[in-house]
Amino acid sequence: MIEYIPILVFIVFALIFSVGAFSLSILVGKKAYYPEKMSTYECGFEPFDESRGKFEVKFYLVAILFIIFDLEIIFLFPWAVAFYEIGLFGYLSMIFFLVVLTIGFVYEWLKGALDWN
Amino acid sequence: MVLIAYLTYFERKVIGAIQLRKGPNVVGPFGLLQPLADGIKLLTKETIFPENSNKFIFALSPILTFALALLGWAVIPVDFKLVLADINVGIMYVFAISSLGVYGIIMAGWSSNSRYAFLGALRSAAQMISYEVSIGLIIISVLLTSKSLNLTEIVMAQKDYWYVIPHFPMFIIFFISTLAETNRAPFDLPEAESELVAGYNVEYSSMTFGLFFLGEYGNMILMSSMSTILFLGGWLPPFDYEFLSFIPGFVWFLTKVCILLFVFLWVRATLPRYRYDQLMSLGWKLFLPLSLVWIIITSSVLFYLGS
Repeated sequence: MIEYIPILVFIVFALIFSVGAFSLSILVGKKAYYPEKMSTYECGFEPFDESRGKFEVKFYLVAILFIIFDLEIIFLFPWAVAFYEIGLFGYLSMIFFLVVLTIGFVYEWLKGALDWN
Repeated sequence: MVLIAYLTYFERKVIGAIQLRKGPNVVGPFGLLQPLADGIKLLTKETIFPENSNKFIFALSPILTFALALLGWAVIPVDFKLVLADINVGIMYVFAISSLGVYGIIMAGWSSNSRYAFLGALRSAAQMISYEVSIGLIIISVLLTSKSLNLTEIVMAQKDYWYVIPHFPMFIIFFISTLAETNRAPFDLPEAESELVAGYNVEYSSMTFGLFFLGEYGNMILMSSMSTILFLGGWLPPFDYEFLSFIPGFVWFLTKVCILLFVFLWVRATLPRYRYDQLMSLGWKLFLPLSLVWIIITSSVLFYLGS
């Protein structure tokens, strides 16, 4: 664990630095508030309603696909490092896993989950 | 820090040169003090908190973005043993930190409560996670050949030949993915100024904007150094000759990073922006299958050679 201490120090340093820059600008920067300035930027219009409304479901789909593939990458990390110790069995089982994953991927593709239009 | 500031100077000079302009040349000799002047200017501007925004998250997201861009540097080895924390899962750490970068952008877009910011953040998040998948798969192929998660050992494994030689297609894909991951042109859809004004950071001003900006450039340098470590042999000289190893390692490292950064700027100055559907199909339909196939090829070749 001892080699992680510099990282901890670095995290503290990075946080101090960014919070410091942020608060310094609030202290030093000029302040002249008026309502138009504080309103939401929409090219001069008043916004009609809340901006956190509906959005394209595609973004959600991308997030779901990302979770699947990212989990798979996590599986691959230890496999890649231990590749020389696990021999034929390890190699074949991961190839099998990738084949199953590819079948799923092809299914997604044919279903049109990857199309944007 | 200074490196990030001067990258902005470098960018304006390079793009100026490509477009036959002069770039900044007023402040200091050759305009060298320009980044400093920009920093002071940003610092003294007014910080605006829009009235509809969630003030706390609004303030937190630039801080988070910038801190995360700095954090990745803790494990990057600039020279042999010249690294802050030589942890044995270095590459996992960098991967995790760069994944967390999405949060800063989502938080900024959501808390601003503005259409442009919201759409920009959505696009940016979808784009970053899409390309992260191919980056992850490419890292796996490199790991298969280097047998270690430690960044120093990955570089030392490239003593005989750099990984750019056996993994050349992956190097190209990795580079393009880093362009997309850092939201740089030609993949700067999140901040497409003709439609979204500035994307997720449209409501930000003063140093809050400055922190996003610095974070983006910090990520560019971080990603370039990751490409250098994974494919271009880190601090190793191109050939194992005596007179080349006389030059200290960090000079080699910096040279390679600078060359990659130059390509970043070059690409920005010359290529038009992608369409969003093209961007997503490039990530999911081309890079993902290619890098998956490359893992299978690499592991098969290694298995054949090993047995």
